[in-house]
Amino acid sequence: MKEQLEALRAEAQEQLRECVDSAGVEALRVRYLGKKGQLTALLRGMGALSPEERPKMGALVNQARSEIEAALEEKIRALKQEELNRRLQEEQLDVTVPGVSAPIGKKHPLTQVLDEIKDIFLGMGFQIASGPEVELDYYNFEALNMPKNHPARDTQDTFYITDNILLRTQTSPMQVRVMEKQKPPIKIIAPGRVYRSDEVDATHSPLFHQIEGLVVDKGIRMSDLKGTLELFAKRLYGEEAVVRFRPHHFSFTEPSAEMDIRCFSCGGKGCRLCKGEGWIEILGAGMVHPKVLQGCGIDPAEYSGFAFGMGLERIVMRRFNIDDLRLFFENDVRFLEQF
Amino acid sequence: MNVTKGWLADFVDLHETAADIAKDMTMSGSKVETFSCWNDHVERVVVGRILAVTPHPDSDHLLICQVDTGEKEPVQIVTGAQNIKEGDLVPVALDNSLLPSGTRIKKGKLRGVASNGMLCSLGELNLTVGNFPDCIENGIMILSGDFKPGTPIDEALGLNDPMIEFEITPNRPDCLSVIGLAREAAATYRRPFKKHLPVFHEDPNDHIRNYLRVTVEEPEACPRYSARVVKNVKIEPSPLWLRNRLHAVGVRPINNVVDITNYVMLEYGQPMHAFDYRTIRGGEIRVKMAREKEKFTTLDGQERTLGSSMLTIADGEGTIAIAGIMGGLNSEIENDTTTIVFESANFDGVTVRKASRALGLRTDASSRYEKGLDPAMVEGALNRACELAEQLAGGTVVEGVLDANNDARPRRTIEMMPARINAFLGTDISPAFMKESLTMLEFDVDDSREPWLVSVPSFRDDAEGEADLAEEIVRLYGYNNIPTTLVQMATTQGMLTPEQSLQKTVNETLLACGYDEICTYSFISPKVYDKLLLPADSVYRRSVTISNPLGEDTSVMRTTALGSMLSTLATNYNNRNLSARLFEPATTYTYTAADALPIEQVEYVLGSYGKGESFYTLKGAVEQLLKAIGIPLEQVEFIPWREHPSLHPGKTAKILYRGETLGFLGGVHPLIPAGFGLPENVWIANLYFEKLLAADKAAREYHPLPKFPATARDLAFVCKKELTVGAMEKVIREKGGKILESVALFDIYEGKQIAGGMKSVAFSLTFRADDRTLSDEEIDQKISKMIDGVVALGAALRT
Repeated sequence: MKEQLEALRAEAQEQLRECVDSAGVEALRVRYLGKKGQLTALLRGMGALSPEERPKMGALVNQARSEIEAALEEKIRALKQEELNRRLQEEQLDVTVPGVSAPIGKKHPLTQVLDEIKDIFLGMGFQIASGPEVELDYYNFEALNMPKNHPARDTQDTFYITDNILLRTQTSPMQVRVMEKQKPPIKIIAPGRVYRSDEVDATHSPLFHQIEGLVVDKGIRMSDLKGTLELFAKRLYGEEAVVRFRPHHFSFTEPSAEMDIRCFSCGGKGCRLCKGEGWIEILGAGMVHPKVLQGCGIDPAEYSGFAFGMGLERIVMRRFNIDDLRLFFENDVRFLEQF
Repeated sequence: MNVTKGWLADFVDLHETAADIAKDMTMSGSKVETFSCWNDHVERVVVGRILAVTPHPDSDHLLICQVDTGEKEPVQIVTGAQNIKEGDLVPVALDNSLLPSGTRIKKGKLRGVASNGMLCSLGELNLTVGNFPDCIENGIMILSGDFKPGTPIDEALGLNDPMIEFEITPNRPDCLSVIGLAREAAATYRRPFKKHLPVFHEDPNDHIRNYLRVTVEEPEACPRYSARVVKNVKIEPSPLWLRNRLHAVGVRPINNVVDITNYVMLEYGQPMHAFDYRTIRGGEIRVKMAREKEKFTTLDGQERTLGSSMLTIADGEGTIAIAGIMGGLNSEIENDTTTIVFESANFDGVTVRKASRALGLRTDASSRYEKGLDPAMVEGALNRACELAEQLAGGTVVEGVLDANNDARPRRTIEMMPARINAFLGTDISPAFMKESLTMLEFDVDDSREPWLVSVPSFRDDAEGEADLAEEIVRLYGYNNIPTTLVQMATTQGMLTPEQSLQKTVNETLLACGYDEICTYSFISPKVYDKLLLPADSVYRRSVTISNPLGEDTSVMRTTALGSMLSTLATNYNNRNLSARLFEPATTYTYTAADALPIEQVEYVLGSYGKGESFYTLKGAVEQLLKAIGIPLEQVEFIPWREHPSLHPGKTAKILYRGETLGFLGGVHPLIPAGFGLPENVWIANLYFEKLLAADKAAREYHPLPKFPATARDLAFVCKKELTVGAMEKVIREKGGKILESVALFDIYEGKQIAGGMKSVAFSLTFRADDRTLSDEEIDQKISKMIDGVVALGAALRT
């Protein structure tokens, strides 16, 4: 009987080895371990053994049974693994095929950079003001200390509607409009469209965008102007940006300044981008002229302030290496979708 | 304003290079645009003396020259020019030399004979007969004067003085002069400014009274008029040094007297004029207004028509110059002129400017007068001109000066407190530095009192108050020496207004819907209104009109941005972009009255064309937009709208929300594409931002997620094509009541199985209650009410 058991175990293992799928394993389980299986039959035959031999033999049969069971389990596990491997091998996507996506629109490049500039100033506690593009001569010139026939008017070729109404040549009239409405503390920027009668070419447009800034309160100093604008430049151009301030003239600020940034193309050595100067002009600024404050009903003996203005297009052109201003207004989607 | 370094150095010691001067003066407030020198790109061109000239053995037009160039051995050079002879001094470009044109000269052979350089013509040295009147255009430049062979040519001819170009801001007309810039240079380097007092002799036996009377009839337009007479002048070319300076700064030398007027104008900033005394009829000069429509021929030979507000200089019989703009052909300096009248006058800037504009004639003189000149500088300039006339034209200055001076401006004084200036600037500049700086700029400072009293020099009309003095001080102190501080002030809030936040949401939603943002001009051609098919009496044709536009295309401010959108779509279409989805937050300008500002409003314009684009894709974007800003879509009505002239009457909807028109959308009218160059099937929407802002928004509020199951039912109807889905949906919603969670259209069918003129419309309905599972009976009840309602509209249930 012992020999019979050995043979059965060997036979089962042999057959299991040859088995190739889970159905075959199941058939073997039935054949050996099932109610009518061979091992079960062997157990039944134990009645013929002597009482001494019976427990020994029972232990042996049980051992054989658990061995076969374990072998069956092992085989099933191996088969499943094999099947999984086969499946993972067969199921393959071409991951290089382009994705399917809903189209997404692009913000105009001017808006992209303007939003960035707005965020910088919002973060510094500025509010955003806006005002008319078709403007009174008074706000665009006179209140900014540029009376009729002032030579500085010549530098701004103005589109007129009537003698007293024009298309604003700068966002600076917003300084006056804000100061008329609001008393200090004032801390605003005013972005918007401005107009000058320049023929269209790669670097000129009769319509472009400026961003004006104004800070007025007691005790505002020229050093605050420098600090604020230097901080702005570092936010916009990166911590490593180097700026310098240079005297200049605007009729509505005194002292007036221009802020240059060290050329990011040549690092200040002089190149084509900076026209050999090593510096690129970024914005104009200055302390609000006492006459302008006074004209808005703000006492210059008590309050002071600074103002600044910059052109958006030039900042954006340098940011993205755009060499033709006309592209901004042509709005070809192949252009817009690059940014 | 162009000057040369050497000319500046007449008035201040300057040992810096032009590059350093450019940098330093830019930082002290006189911005340098550029600087250059004739010799920047000239190498190895020297003076040579021709020792021998022999004919070339193999050529009848070439000559072989032996030239002394200061070396031990003569240099052999072959030339084609014929105007040379032994003993001539000529410019020689040696082997490996560089000429102003960028050409390098190398030694070589000409028809077998070695030539070790080149003899140069004027043109090859980028010079003209204007600079060198005794040379010829075609041929070798023969140098007059004595030079040592081997001397670099730039040194020999004085072509080594660098030119520096300054950008002068309109507030500083005093810097439109060598003296003004030298004063700035002196203050920049804190060195003495060397004032020059002109010296000349007057003929004690002859008085200007014997020649001339001056009457100023318009003292307001001519605050000061002064004149002197110089006799015995000989008209000839100016000396080389003067020609070089004029040439370097871009002024063409003409003759000594004309050059003197230009030279003095550049040096002093005071425009000068010289009349030939022979031509002044009646021995008198009158400063008066022109006659209306008077004809007058200016120096440039042009006949001009004057007006009665133009100031002129007249003699006893008629006009001889337009004041401050240009002299007349009738009183021009001729080669045989012997007696001249120098005019040094101050004219009112506005008067000159208006005349210059009206005549379309802008000269160096007029652009200076326009900026407002200092009447006090008339005298120094006149004396300088006399000094030069004596030195350079052999003239004898007649005794006396005619000086009609109506300038009554008092000298301006400004009170100033150093501590206040430091507080204003955020600096700690010493009072001593402040006083010294102002003094160098010729302000008189009385610091014996508090506040200080500062007198402004007459040529600094721009300095009006303490802030101006602060600028003078701090620009010399150095802007970059001002500390950088952050503002200490009452807290302000950096936040968007509700309007700005809404605009941000709208923009973001449209971008997410695949629409690219565009940016178009605010001014358009009035023809755009024709292209938009607006009727002749449309209010949209009433535009704010630019009186001096660049051209018709940009001549009126748009009242609608539809044209801008359609033009942009057309540009894309013509650039062969297969499809486009665009939007613009566009400002429009609504005319109010002739003397009032227009109303400026933002309108959102959306546009699309191309494959997959339809009324419904555009409507989808509009719906997303409304949803995103909190407008409950189920309360928005899209009403068929036939009135807009630019839109297809059968494909257009007006967007209504609680009785307000938010905007409209639709397909363009079939006659539109031809005008703009667009394809068929272009879709546009126009939303009024003001209305979106004003519209009631639903509060965002949390609703618990449903706990009870939903029941879905479908309903299909057959109806006439004209019955709108909206009308059916409205009835279904009404009848469905609270338990109708959603209604969705899932199919519209027209075709074989449906009779002609009819359509099948199918809805998918979802029912749900918050507090219980709905029973079939409950739902069936609602369904039958819905069916009754829709049938009442003329539809039949499709089974």
